[in-house]
Amino acid sequence: MTDKNYITAVCSVKNGTVKINNTFDFTNSLVTSGVDFLKSVYTHYQFNYPKFFKMDGLCKLAFTASELVLKQNNITNTYKPEDIAIIIANRTSSLETDSEHQHAISNKENYFPSPSVFVYTLPNIMIGEIAIRNKITGENSVFIFDKFDAEFMSEYVNSLLNSNKAQCCITGWVDFYDNKYEAFLITVEKKKSALGIENQTEELNKLFITNA
Amino acid sequence: MTELMDQLKEQIILQLNLEGMKKEDIDNDSSLFGGGLGLDSIDALELIVLLEKNYGIKIANPADGKKIFQSIRSMAEFIEANKK
Repeated sequence: MTDKNYITAVCSVKNGTVKINNTFDFTNSLVTSGVDFLKSVYTHYQFNYPKFFKMDGLCKLAFTASELVLKQNNITNTYKPEDIAIIIANRTSSLETDSEHQHAISNKENYFPSPSVFVYTLPNIMIGEIAIRNKITGENSVFIFDKFDAEFMSEYVNSLLNSNKAQCCITGWVDFYDNKYEAFLITVEKKKSALGIENQTEELNKLFITNA
Repeated sequence: MTELMDQLKEQIILQLNLEGMKKEDIDNDSSLFGGGLGLDSIDALELIVLLEKNYGIKIANPADGKKIFQSIRSMAEFIEANKK
């Protein structure tokens, strides 16, 4: 018999809005750029983490969603650092920052690539930022898909939990490119929460669509 | 020298994304690393690029970096002594 695992918190950040556990929590329609919106979220929720401002857009987005989803429960204090996994997927990898770096190295006459841009030319850096902030050392991966694959994500995370490779997981979709940004992060644990949503394909897909 | 130090502060704030910081917040003689600015190793690399891009100065010996980037004043003195 397959063990059941449960979605214990949900956060989505997109189109100038923040939803927590499927409820609108913050909106800012006054800014047009994704980074400016994320800065307003940072200020609104008082994250107090200056390194945020050095991150690229993708990492700012992942960091923001992770801060908000982790506020809903106490997993970083409940579980050992090595028992918390982070599994995230997206569509455009780190293309936004890759393009910025490519632009910086395309002119041989004015060749000044920025080290602080270059370090963000990998999508899994967003996991690193979340892990550093929360001192998480568990299993982690980034997958690139054309669209959110609820079946793959739920099965992968359930496999990690059921094989005791992790006791809980921060997982979901974080995509940032060309001023389009979309984050959907959830926490999955073995215990049932007030949300009462099982981590399986149909439920996860429904949740993703609800938050889209 | 004062003008150069002010200019350096503005460039550092911009280049290192020191959000919310003003040049008045940076002391000329305070340590750039391990102090209130919270700079890290990537910032050190950015400072090397800043010197080359804005002042045409390359640091020939990386070991000199610690001394050069000690403070705003030490950076300004290095620029004055080496600018082309």
